Amino acid sequence: MKLKQLESMLGQLQQFSNPKVELEQYPTGPHIASRMLYTAENSFGDVSNKIVADFGCGCGTLGAAASLMGAEQVIGIDIDSESLEIASLNAEDLELDINFIQCDIRNLVWRGPIVDTAVMNPPFGNSNKRCRHGFSFSSTKDCFSISLFITQDLNKRGKVASFDSSRL
Amino acid sequence: MRLFTHNMLSSNIKGVANGFPLRIEVDQVVEKQVDFNPDFLQNMFPKLEWKALVDAARTMGYTELPEEADSSMLESEDFLRKLHHALLELHLEEGDLVCPETGRKFPVNKGIPNMLLHEDEV
Repeated sequence: MKLKQLESMLGQLQQFSNPKVELEQYPTGPHIASRMLYTAENSFGDVSNKIVADFGCGCGTLGAAASLMGAEQVIGIDIDSESLEIASLNAEDLELDINFIQCDIRNLVWRGPIVDTAVMNPPFGNSNKRCRHGFSFSSTKDCFSISLFITQDLNKRGKVASFDSSRL
Repeated sequence: MRLFTHNMLSSNIKGVANGFPLRIEVDQVVEKQVDFNPDFLQNMFPKLEWKALVDAARTMGYTELPEEADSSMLESEDFLRKLHHALLELHLEEGDLVCPETGRKFPVNKGIPNMLLHEDEV
C-alpha cells in the first residue's frame, strides 16, 4: 500500500465525539498514523505478517493502519467501552478484522510472548499524571515522541525504541 | 472474540497464580470467514497452548481438532484448515470468560471481552 492511499483511508475513520480528558483521549490523525505504520513496515519490517497490538487503541486508528499495512492479526486494547465501540465500527467500515479487548493496560495479563509489535499513541500524562504510570513503557524523556515501538517479548525482553515525529 | 485471543488471555485478578485458560461460557457463537493463510498458522502453532484451544473449540461446538497435535501435522492441509477455522473463524459473540481459580466472570459483549477489574481485584 502506498503512503497516500493509507493516509486517505485513515482519514475516513470516525474519531472521538466527546473525548474524555481524564483518559487523555485525543485523536490520532491520519497524517501521523499513516507515516508511523508505513515507516514501521518499510524501514523496520515490523508490521506485515506480524501480530500487532495497539495499546490504548482509542478509535483504533493505529490498529487499522497496521491491518491495512498487512498485519496478520491486530489486537486493539482500551479501557473505554465507547472508544472500543467506535473502533469496531471503524474496523467494520474498512472491512478489517481486528480483535478488541477491554482492559486497563496496567492490568493486562497475557499467557506469554505472542505479540510481535506494539504500537501506541499513549496518554503522556499531560492532563492526568496517573496516566503516565499506566503506560510505564512510555515514560520517555521526550514527551513529544509520538509513538513507541516495542518488539519481541513485551513482558520481559521488550526492546523499546522511541520514534520522534519530527524525523518523519 | 476469536479463540486466537482466548489462547493468550489470562485472568488478571491480583493474587491469581493460574489464570489460564479462562473457561468459556457460551451465549452466542458466530462464524466469520477469513482468508486461509497457512504460513501464519505454521508460525503461530508453536506459540499455542494446544489443549486450551481444543477445549475452547469444543465448548464453542467445534469438535474437529485432534486431542494431541505436533508440528509434523502442519504439513497436512486438512489439519491447517481445521486449525484455521478454530483459531480465526469462530467468535464468541456473547458469553463469559471464567477465571479458573476464582470463578469470577468476565463478560463478552458484542465480541469484546471485558477484562476490567473491580477495585479490590487490582
